[in-house]
Amino acid sequence: MKLTFEDFKPGHFGTFGPHHVSREDIISFASEFDPQPMHLDDEAANRSMLKGLSGSGWHMCALLMRICWDGFIHNIASAGAPGVDEVRWVSPLRPGDDLTVSVDVIETRESKSRPDVGFVHIKNDMRNASGQTLMLATLPLMVLRRSAASAS
Amino acid sequence: MPYFEDVKIGDRREIGSFTFTAENIKAFAAKFDPQPFHLDEEAGRKSVFGGLAASGWHVAAANMKLLVANFKRESAEVIARGEKPVVSGPSPGFRELKWLKPVLAGDTLTYASEVVSKRTLESRPEWGLVSFLDTGTNQRDELAFSFIAQGFMQRRPTKTA
Repeated sequence: MKLTFEDFKPGHFGTFGPHHVSREDIISFASEFDPQPMHLDDEAANRSMLKGLSGSGWHMCALLMRICWDGFIHNIASAGAPGVDEVRWVSPLRPGDDLTVSVDVIETRESKSRPDVGFVHIKNDMRNASGQTLMLATLPLMVLRRSAASAS
Repeated sequence: MPYFEDVKIGDRREIGSFTFTAENIKAFAAKFDPQPFHLDEEAGRKSVFGGLAASGWHVAAANMKLLVANFKRESAEVIARGEKPVVSGPSPGFRELKWLKPVLAGDTLTYASEVVSKRTLESRPEWGLVSFLDTGTNQRDELAFSFIAQGFMQRRPTKTA
């Protein structure tokens, strides 16, 4: 039985990962979606504001999805996500980082328009192995209510 | 790309189009978002999306891809005129990202970016922070994707004697 809306309570939900990010991963994502010199080339990266090769912020977002999918989203009666409230890119993603994501439930709210789902607002803190926060993301998950999940 | 001082609130430009194919949808999903409706046509048809649907993060990454291509085109034009291209800075993040319509295999989104606010930074006098409303509109003219992007832009250097 997958987790449903009623299983989420405000507070710490869990920490997921680690997920290793190689230099090749950073360059591969950047080559396709964000080919700026600071994500591709050491010399250019050393001259940039971020001082050294760094991963795309959108790569971090994609990795957040992957770590959360592997960690818990595959196990919830998910109805998707309507969007993202806020993402803050706090520190750069570096080659060799081992990422973890700490997930807190901020609040849960039943949907006014859809009796079959509720919103679970979560805050994700993506950190490297030394515990430094790289990205903070707050977003609502849409999760089926228990009655709807057991009916389907 | 202009300097911070050249950017005006309300400035809007189209930055390009991206077509989502079954192949590129599945490739992105396999790496980052392996939910069945992003990987398999049949699972997509049975889902709330009604077809093989692109990951929302793929929709966002395609926006960045076009922004960078656009920036490189503009920089090349500046260099061709014999001028020095302006350096773009990193972004501190974004907010209010909305996935408004499913993006299915075969859909083409046209992305646009509009300046919504700008401010100087006391902590970084060489840079200003500009906010943009970035949007993706599909071939049926439906708004499918939007968010408020932020970027550091170089300030015009003050002339010294």
